[in-house]
Amino acid sequence: MKKSHIIILVGFAACIMILLSFMGDLSTYETLASARQKEGKTVTVIAQLDKSVPNPIQYDPLRNPNLTRFHVVDSLGNKAEVVYHFEKPFDMEKSDRIVLKGKMKGDIFEITSKDGILIKCPSKYKDDPKAAQKNLSHSN
Amino acid sequence: MNYIGEHLFPGQLGHFLIVLSLAASIVAAISYYKSTTSATMALAESWKKIARVAFLIDAVCVISIIATIVAIISNHYFEYHYAWNHSDRSLEPKYLLSSTWEGQEGSFLLWMVWHAVLGVIVMFTSRKWEAPVMTVISVAQACLATMILGVYVFGLKVGNNPFILTRHVFPDNEVFKNPNYLSLPAMQDGIGLNQLLQNYWMTIHPPITFLGFASTIVPFAFAIAGLWTKDFGGWTKKALPWTIFSVAILGTGIMMGAMWAYESLSFGGFWAWDPVENASLVPWLLLVAGLHTQLIYNSTGHSLRATYVFFILGYLFIVYSTYLTRSGDLQDTSVHAFVATDMVWQLRAWLVLNVVVAFAILFARYKKIPHIVKEENTYSREFWMFIGALVLLLSGISIIVPTSFPLINKLFGTNLAIGEDVEFSYNRIQIFVAIVLGILTAVTQFLKYKNTPKKNFWTSILVPTAISLLASFSISYFGGVDYDKYGLGFLAAIHLAIFAAVYTVVANLSYVWLGLKGKLKAAGASVAHVGFGMMLLGILIASANKEILSINLNNPLNFGPDSQIKGTENLTLFQGIRTDMGKYWVTYNGDSVSANKKMTWFYIDMEDKKTGEKFRLLPDIIKATKGQEGYSANPDSKHYWDKDIFIYVNASSNLAEGADTSQFRTHSVNLGDTIFYSSGYMILDSVVANPRNKRYDFKPTDTALMASLSVYTSDNQTLTAMPVFYLKGLQTTHIIDTLYSQGLAVALTRVLPDRKLEISVKESSRLTPYIALKVVKFPFINLLWLGTVVMVAGMIMSIVRRLKLN
Repeated sequence: MKKSHIIILVGFAACIMILLSFMGDLSTYETLASARQKEGKTVTVIAQLDKSVPNPIQYDPLRNPNLTRFHVVDSLGNKAEVVYHFEKPFDMEKSDRIVLKGKMKGDIFEITSKDGILIKCPSKYKDDPKAAQKNLSHSN
Repeated sequence: MNYIGEHLFPGQLGHFLIVLSLAASIVAAISYYKSTTSATMALAESWKKIARVAFLIDAVCVISIIATIVAIISNHYFEYHYAWNHSDRSLEPKYLLSSTWEGQEGSFLLWMVWHAVLGVIVMFTSRKWEAPVMTVISVAQACLATMILGVYVFGLKVGNNPFILTRHVFPDNEVFKNPNYLSLPAMQDGIGLNQLLQNYWMTIHPPITFLGFASTIVPFAFAIAGLWTKDFGGWTKKALPWTIFSVAILGTGIMMGAMWAYESLSFGGFWAWDPVENASLVPWLLLVAGLHTQLIYNSTGHSLRATYVFFILGYLFIVYSTYLTRSGDLQDTSVHAFVATDMVWQLRAWLVLNVVVAFAILFARYKKIPHIVKEENTYSREFWMFIGALVLLLSGISIIVPTSFPLINKLFGTNLAIGEDVEFSYNRIQIFVAIVLGILTAVTQFLKYKNTPKKNFWTSILVPTAISLLASFSISYFGGVDYDKYGLGFLAAIHLAIFAAVYTVVANLSYVWLGLKGKLKAAGASVAHVGFGMMLLGILIASANKEILSINLNNPLNFGPDSQIKGTENLTLFQGIRTDMGKYWVTYNGDSVSANKKMTWFYIDMEDKKTGEKFRLLPDIIKATKGQEGYSANPDSKHYWDKDIFIYVNASSNLAEGADTSQFRTHSVNLGDTIFYSSGYMILDSVVANPRNKRYDFKPTDTALMASLSVYTSDNQTLTAMPVFYLKGLQTTHIIDTLYSQGLAVALTRVLPDRKLEISVKESSRLTPYIALKVVKFPFINLLWLGTVVMVAGMIMSIVRRLKLN
């Protein structure tokens, strides 16, 4: 066997190892209901703030600047309370979608990594005709 | 309807120029194609003449289009949607260009401008390669022109015209029922430029990055031209300066993006493995791999096939990145990908067309590309360089696969996502890439092409190896690298990587003397490698020794086994109160608001406990301009030669909306009575007449009463409140005592009959201004920036030398 073949083989092996190691803590997109079934496993959930709760986000930097609690509802209508051990992201109230990465613990979805939360706002990165239209009508 | 006051000429001119540029680039592509395939020299020359004229017309058009947009924006012609949507009257002139490339159309145009500039240089420098190479560039230019065309073909929208009028974008809006709509208040100003982009890095980072993007087409076009004309190896020397240029510029662009993220985004650092960052890093890795296989081929005749693969993949990944970031497919994984537009089908078609055509040509010719059957010698430079290139390829694959999960999910119906700790999932793989690449970069220069006498190699490598071992050992030992968050295995990998980085720097420095005998003109590669090693070292030390200085020790929840991972990173500061923050005293001393009310600066005074050094930092919070949605933090940092103190504000009472509506509640109490509030209770302990203590200094002739209350909080603190009631002339008045940490105001408002007192209590979170602050120390981050500069300088040295050699 030629040396270059060996290199390519080793390369492939490395490639597979790398992908496998990724698999190790891959998470999957779930709904809140299926996340409950997989309690303790890291999952990714796309949800939005549960506006039916009077005060969906609780963050009081006076008491604890490192604790944000909020209520979410997913597209199927499942609800949960989320605990995030970091500061409240600025645009959270105005988000139309929140991507959460964390674990379900009982009734609470817990996020322990700073980048376990991604806020999607309607017009943060412009080019959104709906937001622009709103803007035009408002300033009128 | 005849509208009043519109300036329609620039738009008509602009759109005409877009159509003309598309036509011209198609003519150029066809003529260059004809020229390449012409049977006779005379015919080829005459086609070439037409093609040159056409491409020059395209270049002039593209530059005029961007100039027209700048003119529209700077004249505030808000009848144009682009000006209305991306600028406003308050915009400083230096950000005019930022407005121009804030939108998708403008950034495509920027790309086209660079294609045009590079194309003209290629046209006049590449002689016999001109026709086939320029065919490829002209086709690419035509594809980009369709992205800003803005016409409907069979009901399908092709491109977005940057000159579309605002009233055409919102045809149903009431505003446009009025022929004189431009005089209405709604049209007096635009939405403005996103405040985050109003930063000097944003005026320079996009042009450089797009120059990098555009430049990748040149090695790609040479590769396609080589396959097409079957002159498989004839272009590699000619194209070498272009490859180095592309690597240098794209690398600079990426690092400028990192610098912008570091200075003005709240990523909390310079790199976050965001899909948008990854998408530009992967083509760079592939180009670096291609650069090295190209060098191997030029010196030994090996690796030509790999060179083709790398350059073709490099460009295709640029197109793929553009698709990923602009199609909206990454919305759920990226902080700053564009949202979906009606251009998705066109971006997909563009990507598929590029992939299919490029691979078709590659596969058709692959077997014919000459290659050497004989093995490379293990003691040869080319053998280890090739392995390095393979490692770069693997690194690229391991980054792009997880980045593409959203797309993979879409195509195959899977639901994969990266685990919770996104950064670590990349870091733990790339750390091994860094180790291998670092060691290869250190050692390989000491090997000669083809074969190296074993003894010479080992003796020359001995001294640099010993020095590196010593240096990296002292960094590991004295540098306090103890990043054990992810276990000892990862820490060991970090130490190994530190050695590899130091080894790269030391070995390449010594190679300039040992290998090149100090000939600096030929040392471009070594200098670039030294820079690369410095970057690696900077990244490793800054990330592994990154230290959160604002550790919150007051938070009662921070105990127990989970305390390491449970939030501790923010500290609450009350205005004017000097607070203990580990190695520093920190005080929040007020804030100020910018003229346009969009930015709030916070005065943070720091004092080093040990050295007594005092300095003020001014992080700010920006009210986003687009649609007035929320806020974003903008950090500030204090730079030292060996570290940065990096600081940003995560919450501020200033930003709370609405008035403070909480009311005082009154309680009439006797001595010893208890008053409850939401998070605790208080007991009236005593009443003192004319108190004289730390806080009050009443004279015996005054008429004053001080109530002393013990406040027992739910988190087991005992505090004291001492409100005062007194007579001032004939007026009664009172002094409120505020317990900031409890958001509690306590007042003694009246003296009642029967020795009772009226105590008023208010609970509010707005009693005193406060902020939540995060402070991070990045040691040796300057090594990263300096390393970037050194690396690019080395590449420029190489380009100059290669141009002379050609």
